[in-house]
Order: sequence, then C-alpha cells, then structure tokens
Amino acid sequence: MKIPARHRAGITILEPKGKITIGVGDVALREAVHEALEAGSTKILVNLKDVSTIDSSGIGELVSAYTSVTNRGGALRLLHLPPKVQDILQITQLVTVFEVLDDEEEAVASFAD
Amino acid sequence: MMMSELKVHVEVESRLENVELVHIAIESSLAELELSDDDAHQIGISIREAVANAIKHGNQGDASKLVRVELGIDDGDLLIRVQDQGVGFDENGVPNPLEPENLLRRNGRGLLLMKQYMDQIEYTFQPENGTVLEMRKGLAVLRSNSAKQEEERQ
Repeated sequence: MKIPARHRAGITILEPKGKITIGVGDVALREAVHEALEAGSTKILVNLKDVSTIDSSGIGELVSAYTSVTNRGGALRLLHLPPKVQDILQITQLVTVFEVLDDEEEAVASFAD
Repeated sequence: MMMSELKVHVEVESRLENVELVHIAIESSLAELELSDDDAHQIGISIREAVANAIKHGNQGDASKLVRVELGIDDGDLLIRVQDQGVGFDENGVPNPLEPENLLRRNGRGLLLMKQYMDQIEYTFQPENGTVLEMRKGLAVLRSNSAKQEEERQ
C-alpha cells in the first residue's frame, strides 16, 4: 500500500486511507514521510479523514514521523481527526504534542506562520 | 475460570501479519453480538495490542511459537484470553508512556490502550504454558441477554 501524496504551497499533504496498524499501514506511513523528507519537504500535513483504525503501532509511526520532521527544522501537523483516532490521541496524551486542524485552508496557512 | 458460550478459538504462529488475521477472524464473530461501533472498536484494538505484544514480547517473534486467542462470555462479560509460549512478562517493567520523557517514544502504548478500553486486564505466568492475558469488558448487550436467560430459567 502506498499513501497518496499531493503538494500545495510547499506543503506535502499525505492522505492515508483505511488502517494504520501493525503490519498494514504503519510501514506505508513511515515510507511516505521518509520519501517526503528525502525530497526536501519539511512541511507535512497528514490528512486522517479516511483512516478507519489506528493502533499503538500506527500512533508510534506518527510520533516517529513528528520527531523526524521536527529534527529537520520542519513541522508535521494533523488534519481531520476521525473520532476514534482523536480518542486514541487523547488517551495517549499526544493531543498535547500534535497540532491538529479541521480545515485544510487553515492548515495550509498555519505553515506560513 | 471457565468460559461459557465460547465464541472463538484462534491459534496463530508468531508473525506480525497474523495480528490482522486474528482481528478479522474475531471481528466477524463479534458482529453476531451486535455491539456498538465504539465497543467493537475498543475490543478490536485491545485484541490487536494483546496479540502484537504476545508475538513481539512474549514469543520474541519466534514463528515456531504460537499465540492462542479465546473469546467467550462469562457472567455477562466479554472475556478474552491471549496466551503465548514466552518466558513471562513484567507489567511493571513497562515505562509509563504518559510521562513527559516517554511521550515521544515510538513504542509502549499498547498496554495503556488495553487498560483504557477493557474493564479489567490481568497477566498470569505459568512456566510450562507461557503468559496468559485475561481481559474483561462488561457489555450492556451481553448483560441484558444474560438477564433474559435467567428470567426464562425461573
């Protein structure tokens, strides 16, 4: 599975679909972020609108991606959290780490700050 | 503890791709219980985390070792048992993923999710049988069925 990516105003927008779980979407997410970083993009927006399930492995990949991008002086933000993903981010207290946005226009504008 | 009305019995080799397989097998059985979407999701995540831990940490990824999952109903609770063939697991040895210094670690959140989503979780270790994780969740749909059966008996 390859995660679709599009580009807007210098931002890479990743749009995973379905599961980000152990052995299913976690590696695909890691590869997509790695590819974006290799291509020189350090502004990454992950649109989670179509993600049905995320487990601790998927959360671990999001955290790892966040750290990789931040360490390069960039920013990784999340867009359109489905309730089940939001719930897991609350439980793991990662809502305090990630910047989460509900509107793509606002999200794109936020990278210009 | 004896399970009554056992629903599912799955045994898989310790390969991470089998986490998905177990989830799919169990999802179809859970569908019969007509659980709420939230309950089905929370149970599914808990089973995934338990099986992943049994494969990675219990059986150390040794594919020749098996992970056994049983799902049943006990006294109006959903009871899930996940057994590995490993050498034991110290629940207290897992760093708290909510501590600020652990917040950005890649791993270590599975146990937290299971504790959050299930009513009770308990590990027991037997040298000949590996580690058994027993998880319970009280479900309104099971309790109302259990009450109906009790009424019919009287």
